[in-house]
Amino acid sequence: MINKLDSFLSFQQSALRVRGQRQELIAANIANADTPNYKAKDVEFGDAMKSAMNGGNSLKVSVAKTSDRHLDGTNGNNENAPGDPKFRKDTQGNVDGNTVDMDVERNQFADNGIRYEASLNMISGQVKEMLAAIQSNS
Amino acid sequence: MSLFNVFNISGSAMSAQSQRLNTVASNLANADSATSANGKPYKAKQVVFSAMPSNSPDANAVKVDRVVEDASPPKIVYDPKHPLADKNGYVTMPNVNVTEEMVNMISASRSYQNNVETMNAAKTMLLKTLTIGN
Repeated sequence: MINKLDSFLSFQQSALRVRGQRQELIAANIANADTPNYKAKDVEFGDAMKSAMNGGNSLKVSVAKTSDRHLDGTNGNNENAPGDPKFRKDTQGNVDGNTVDMDVERNQFADNGIRYEASLNMISGQVKEMLAAIQSNS
Repeated sequence: MSLFNVFNISGSAMSAQSQRLNTVASNLANADSATSANGKPYKAKQVVFSAMPSNSPDANAVKVDRVVEDASPPKIVYDPKHPLADKNGYVTMPNVNVTEEMVNMISASRSYQNNVETMNAAKTMLLKTLTIGN
């Protein structure tokens, strides 16, 4: 029973998680708008969502590191999974090698935020649905 | 929770930008300082940003890597009445380019505002998340 509740909510839960991660990436792009040689990154939402649904890389387990030079412990077999962050295509080159286009980033940030809230509303709706089902006999 | 990391990232960018604003203020204030503690004219300072790893492996925060001295040559002004003038009447003034610094100031201020808004948006999203199921 609890299992079914869990799977009922799991789709929107993954959606929220991927949206949250994407929001974080875009925030990092905006933060690094003046960093020389920084390359803007973004995830393809569809691919990231797919790999999150397959229990993919979204829940990365990190390895304890005792030195900055140790490698990150990603699961070795899908180093370049389709849902991983990719560099944004450079449209207008910058003298300092930075590829952050503030218009694009702000746009995507707002868009992603709205979609996050849409997922929130849907998950709220699902919770209400479940509550209604539970309480219908009383 | 990745949204909380937005606070760290935007916060690091805000402090980096405010340090940049600080050097701009220092440069503008010293645009006419013909001498300083070491007896030489003031040299313009510029910050160098660099990406810094944050809690998440993919999203980078920002830090001020170092503050460098502007390498452009000092301004030579002809002013024989100046106490620091050399025997030909020339004074070495700081290499501060006021126009450039003003542009730098606007850019830093805009970037700061951008990060404040990013942080605000993340805050709104987190608060909305807390209301799930209400």
